[in-house]
Amino acid sequence: MTTVSPGPAPLVPSFGEESSGRKLAVICSKGNLDMAYPGLILANAALGEGVEVHLFFTFWGFDMINKSTYADLKFTMLGNTATHLPQGLGGLPGMTSIATSRLKKSIAGLDIPDVPEFLDQIVDSGGHLWACRLSADMQHLDEDDLIDTVEGVISAADFIEKTEGAQIIFI
Amino acid sequence: MPVTTIDGHTIHVDDEGFMTDYDEWDEQLASTLAGQIGVELTDEHWKALHFLRTDFREKGETPTLRRVSVSAGIPTKTLFALFPAKPAKKMAYVAGLPKPRGCV
Repeated sequence: MTTVSPGPAPLVPSFGEESSGRKLAVICSKGNLDMAYPGLILANAALGEGVEVHLFFTFWGFDMINKSTYADLKFTMLGNTATHLPQGLGGLPGMTSIATSRLKKSIAGLDIPDVPEFLDQIVDSGGHLWACRLSADMQHLDEDDLIDTVEGVISAADFIEKTEGAQIIFI
Repeated sequence: MPVTTIDGHTIHVDDEGFMTDYDEWDEQLASTLAGQIGVELTDEHWKALHFLRTDFREKGETPTLRRVSVSAGIPTKTLFALFPAKPAKKMAYVAGLPKPRGCV
């Protein structure tokens, strides 16, 4: 009788537990084009790693899920010293639309989707979108004004409850 | 570069176990790799895997999830169903390619 000794175990990447229970809450409070992307990119990356993700849109972040603005977010040089250009330039007529169109082009050039498509991708990946009740009241908006993939208009307390144990990113 | 043996196939891999030699991969090996991570390959899996292989050969880079969904026409939801939890990395592993570097 012969015995076959098993060789060393093959090296296989660890993809972690199917459900590690890790949760991420991303609070989006800004409506500028350049401030929309960090939250979307982090949320999308976390979903791709099997993390449960909830996004909460509040204050100016509401522009990211408002049907009338979400495809038309803008980037301005004003107040943004990271452009390293004289601030006065940003105040010239037409500068915001030039800056916006250049940023959109460079984002598209990196094969990154625009905001509406990015939100769809996040939802398709299992992400949850929530709208802030107070912001809706402030802007006199209701669910019909928001993109259909928003699951609900909820209070800050409800969001905190839904994201128990989550890591929180505030943008 | 580590060498590992999986079901009789000896392959070059990186420190995590992703294959590093494009030409060491074949379809039989893909089924074996898929088995290692609990995935049973169907025609839909193969469509994604063949896209990854072809795209890598042309671009020299593992496509991201978005690229697979847009360019191969496989919806994101489907990719999550085919390769649960971490689709981009799992697809890359089974296709014998490095982990994707892109953020989106």
